[in-house]
Amino acid sequence: MTYFMLNIALALAWAALTGNFNPANLIAGFALGYGALFVIRRALEPSDYFVKVWQVIGFVFFFLWELLLANLRVAHDVLTLRNYMKPRVIALPLDARTDAEITALAYFISLTPGTLSLDISTDRNTMFIHAMYAPDADALRREIKQGVERRLLRLMRGTRSERG
Amino acid sequence: MAESISLFLLLLGAVFMLLAAIGLVRMPDVLMRLHSSTKSATLGVGLIMLGVALFFNDFAIGVRALAIVVFMFFTAPVAAHMIGRAAYLSGVPLWEGTLSDEMRGHYDPKTHALAGEAQSPDSLSSGEPE
Repeated sequence: MTYFMLNIALALAWAALTGNFNPANLIAGFALGYGALFVIRRALEPSDYFVKVWQVIGFVFFFLWELLLANLRVAHDVLTLRNYMKPRVIALPLDARTDAEITALAYFISLTPGTLSLDISTDRNTMFIHAMYAPDADALRREIKQGVERRLLRLMRGTRSERG
Repeated sequence: MAESISLFLLLLGAVFMLLAAIGLVRMPDVLMRLHSSTKSATLGVGLIMLGVALFFNDFAIGVRALAIVVFMFFTAPVAAHMIGRAAYLSGVPLWEGTLSDEMRGHYDPKTHALAGEAQSPDSLSSGEPE
């Protein structure tokens, strides 16, 4: 987290020095700051910040792509007269443990069209999901666990050690 | 050039919102109506705001458009989840074409406990999970 703050500070410094607070210039400053931190990383305490940044960017693009695909599938179904829906309510065993992890996972599952998180079991081991296209329940479970959950947990768990 | 891109985005956003509206009419049960309405509409608003930001190409308007998109993306799934959960738990019937319902029998309306997968639904009545 401190690295992220440093990077923000460097981006602001860049914007101040070039006298231009446009979003584009701030992003350029952030990229340059990232480069500067990367060069001196051995002088600083070790951190997985440099990997994390790419994981966050990767997650955002992965997610936007999924969002678009799922939306197109729903659009296709709405427009054609035949129904292609294969809805199910499935139980997904969770690897996510903390409140934050479960909330984030439920949020991303709900945000993707085609899947909607319904509820969490009282013992917090299982999430019930309504899926619109699930000809194969196990395939969908695998897809969610390997896709969103794995990426999300990798993202959230690594950062905890450097918080504070 | 920027104007045509912006027009294209506005049109695409409007199309997604139209699809959401059609889906609301055509889908067979509550949960699937939620699928089509909340999320396509979210994407629609996102695309329209992107188009607006590109059209005006102004920092103040861009930031406001971004804020609208962020709030839409934060609130829409929460609302969808809560409506879906309320509908399911209050016993709104699912579409008859639903292939399987692994949540059936897991919920105890008296204690509001929801059994996980490992436990059998019967263990709820003995008040085991908490």
